[in-house]
Amino acid sequence: MPIKMCLAIPAKVISVEGDKAKVDFGESVLREVNITLVNAKVGDYVLVHAGYAIQVLEEKEALETIRLWNEILELGARTQK
Amino acid sequence: MIGKTNFRDPELAKRVVEKIRETAVKSETVKICHVCGTHEWVITHFGIRSLLPPNVEVIAGPGCPVCIVPASEIDEAVQLALKGITITCFGDVLRVPGSETSLLGAKAEGADVRIVYSVSDAIKMAEKEPNKEFTFFAVGFETTAPSTAVEALKNPPRNLSFLISHRLIPPAMKLLAGMEDLNLDGFIAPGHVSTIIGLKAYETFPKVYGMPTVVAGFEPLDILFGVYMILKQLKEQKPRLENEYIRAVSREGNVKAQELMQKVFDTIDGGWRGLGTIASSKFTFNEKYAKHDARLKYGVKVEHGIDIQHGCKCHLVIIGKIKPTECPLFMKTCTPQKPVGACMVSIEGTCSIWAKTQIDKTK
Repeated sequence: MPIKMCLAIPAKVISVEGDKAKVDFGESVLREVNITLVNAKVGDYVLVHAGYAIQVLEEKEALETIRLWNEILELGARTQK
Repeated sequence: MIGKTNFRDPELAKRVVEKIRETAVKSETVKICHVCGTHEWVITHFGIRSLLPPNVEVIAGPGCPVCIVPASEIDEAVQLALKGITITCFGDVLRVPGSETSLLGAKAEGADVRIVYSVSDAIKMAEKEPNKEFTFFAVGFETTAPSTAVEALKNPPRNLSFLISHRLIPPAMKLLAGMEDLNLDGFIAPGHVSTIIGLKAYETFPKVYGMPTVVAGFEPLDILFGVYMILKQLKEQKPRLENEYIRAVSREGNVKAQELMQKVFDTIDGGWRGLGTIASSKFTFNEKYAKHDARLKYGVKVEHGIDIQHGCKCHLVIIGKIKPTECPLFMKTCTPQKPVGACMVSIEGTCSIWAKTQIDKTK
């Protein structure tokens, strides 16, 4: 499977054993990844790059993104008036 | 819950595109540069350029980690392979042209070259075949370098060494920012590199170069918002550093990954394909970890390689100076099936992305 080197794919942590975790990329794609670089626990979403989780995605921040987007648009509207 | 969040809301896209048009209307020509192969893929695949006003241009900088590996380092890997050492590398690297041949060419001559998904696969292979010598060709930016550091720190098997080709993004951005004839107005900073190095790594761009800089994610909406945030900064004439990708990027970045990289690597000047040497842009093992360095272990060093084949314009495509369609070889003698330059080889290369998305040549 060719990989995009700066691409990282979100996956959900299913189980953790030492520095390895089994993650679910969705649609039944399960894979073992190395979690040395992050503090991931079962249920977390992690960004996986070339077999290593590089970041835990925060649910709060994901929801916050939608709020941020709306805020940016509204701020823009205000400054343009 | 994250999976259910609507990151592809078409209404929101319409609103931001409208804002982009309103904000850009009075500006002069605006040139925004991103430095990530996956950003280029998203922009091209989703036709984002077609949504932007004609005076707003988004160009692709040197964001393809495979494309920028200089031919001399491919030559080193080829030399090792032909010496009988098993080379393990990412799939994209296999066909990247060296001065005379590629790793695929070496494989065709009987060398043992194997594709891996991750450096840990290389470790497993070396453990399984202790009588064989293995080298992992460690290509990639700050996103990939931490995984090399993790394995180097774990006492890798003696029969495995590393050919380190890791490069750093901010020094390349500095090079672009300083190129007067490129006339950049802003940067979309790469999302996943930024998860590691953090927002703070880009402070110099607005401060020193007066360049609006926004770290953006990989949904089409992320890119559109990135463009809009830059346009707004330009309109307000207040260049600053902003984070659009808050769900993955923090100010400090992945501190653990940074510490591990610091433990094993020194930063040195490095050659980038077609761009020459960029100061402090390359990792190499420090003294303590030099025993894992394939260059030292096998005495391999290639000083000069031929980066650009005759007629190829990769060196101009890599910095966004020309579009792939402006290269005389594009989709004529250089195709994804038979690539001439590195930009057509990697699935993150601008030429390859444009070729596969069949860019309208009139644009």
